[in-house]
Amino acid sequence: MAMGFAMLAVWRRNFLVWRRLLGPSLVLNIGEPFLILVGLGFGVGHFIREVGGMSYLDFVASGIIASSAMFTASYEALWSVYTRMVPQRTYEALLATPLGVADIMLGEVLWCATKCTFTGACILLVVSLFGSVHGPGVLLALPVVFVSGVCFASMAMVVTTRARSYDFFSYYLTLFITPMFVFCGVFYPVEVLPPAAAAVAQWLPLTHAIALLRPLVVGQPLTQPLLHFAVLLVYTAASLWVALKFARRRLLV
Amino acid sequence: MISASGLRKSYNGREAVCGVDFSVAAGACAGLLGPNGAGKTTVIRMILGQSPLSGGELAVFGLAMPAAAARVRARTGVVPQLDNLDPDFTAAENLETYARYFGIKAAQFAGRKEALLDFAALGGRGDARIETLSGGMRRRLSIARALVNDPQLIVLDEPTTGLDPQARHLIWARLRRLRQQGKTMLLTTHYMEEAERLCDEVFIMDAGRIIARGAPKELIRRTVEPHVFEVEAAAEAATAAAQAAGARVETVGDVLLAYTAEPEAVAAALKTMAGPGVLRRPASLEDVFLRLTGRGLRD
Repeated sequence: MAMGFAMLAVWRRNFLVWRRLLGPSLVLNIGEPFLILVGLGFGVGHFIREVGGMSYLDFVASGIIASSAMFTASYEALWSVYTRMVPQRTYEALLATPLGVADIMLGEVLWCATKCTFTGACILLVVSLFGSVHGPGVLLALPVVFVSGVCFASMAMVVTTRARSYDFFSYYLTLFITPMFVFCGVFYPVEVLPPAAAAVAQWLPLTHAIALLRPLVVGQPLTQPLLHFAVLLVYTAASLWVALKFARRRLLV
Repeated sequence: MISASGLRKSYNGREAVCGVDFSVAAGACAGLLGPNGAGKTTVIRMILGQSPLSGGELAVFGLAMPAAAARVRARTGVVPQLDNLDPDFTAAENLETYARYFGIKAAQFAGRKEALLDFAALGGRGDARIETLSGGMRRRLSIARALVNDPQLIVLDEPTTGLDPQARHLIWARLRRLRQQGKTMLLTTHYMEEAERLCDEVFIMDAGRIIARGAPKELIRRTVEPHVFEVEAAAEAATAAAQAAGARVETVGDVLLAYTAEPEAVAAALKTMAGPGVLRRPASLEDVFLRLTGRGLRD
């Protein structure tokens, strides 16, 4: 059976389940960024007139699109994938069919990215209602959200395939995801950080997802898009390679 | 259909399967028996390509494993030891989504879905959520799910463990029907009665090795005396009397088991000694199993 088909069967399974649980999923994935946008955009935006040539609301709105892609993909690839792998033993059932470990892992990553693109579209809609979308470049924002979703899901998959319990995820979230949320340019430009911290931020994927998404949303020209894509792709490829190794070691014993 | 030679599996230096040879012919029902930890499930996992071999050769449908895992699994149905039905779907949806994993589209599957639910005695329960089904129903649904791809080989890992007698009998009836349809079956079980009822040939495993093989009846004939007397709360005197009458005796807890080819003599000897608690029965696969694997507790 063709690899693509097998991957899509896994994707389809998750899609069917998600469609049924659409309500809670939307509240979590849209409600949170919406609240941050309103709270910070208007609250902090009251004191800050302009950041990087745009209003603070526009700045935060475009950042939130990237960070919510990160959170949506990570949560799905951590909690949901672990649930299917361990307590529900879904992968055990899948491995009795022609599907292999790579089909399952890639199908999951594809699904996480799809879900995060859907969330991204909803947030873009909200952001456009606030008047923060400027220019036709926004049409390219969703493909970028998808690529970012693939990247963050692949990275989380490394953690999930090694995890012995849900508690294990706290390390990854606290030591990696939250720092990116705070330091990678969602709320302020990375350049205002002390030089050492700014340099570290340049090595983190969220910085590059934002560097791509922000100009597309607010209608500014992209700078060094190939570099930013390359960073996301390198993180994706390395993570997938490790996650597949871990998954094989765990599932094929 | 399946042929293994010198099949080995070790985990971190611990040998779980230490060189087994066996084969299962097309259309046969073979049983892998053995105490916990004997290596049955490991053998099954290797047959399904879910576990790399540490040594030896294994072919399923003539295809070398685990390289041919996807092609082998496309033609195989699996009933796992613990149910892993998808809790996010109804009974019917479980069958549909599972068919998808074999590349079978909903439209192609529509006609078979009801037939499979009926086979599982779940007709009319297609919309039931998994958590509302009893243990027996879930097992039957697992069997139906193993049939979505119309497999030539069906692998069942302890298909009736934990079920009540009614549920077990229903499952046995279904498995016999599958055998009549010409499916090749390989099952593992702790229940000797189950193996005796269903299997053409059994392989008794212990500590990673096959220690006996053959048709159940023939194995009984070869290994133990045909008649067994069980005496509960047996006194020393009863044991001595049975031995004097020529029986081979074993004790399990406070139960005396007297094996003999000359039942009348032993019956007479025990009649005077043991009173009401004597049960006379033909030897079964369980006697073979206990004789070969010993009576010590396995964990």
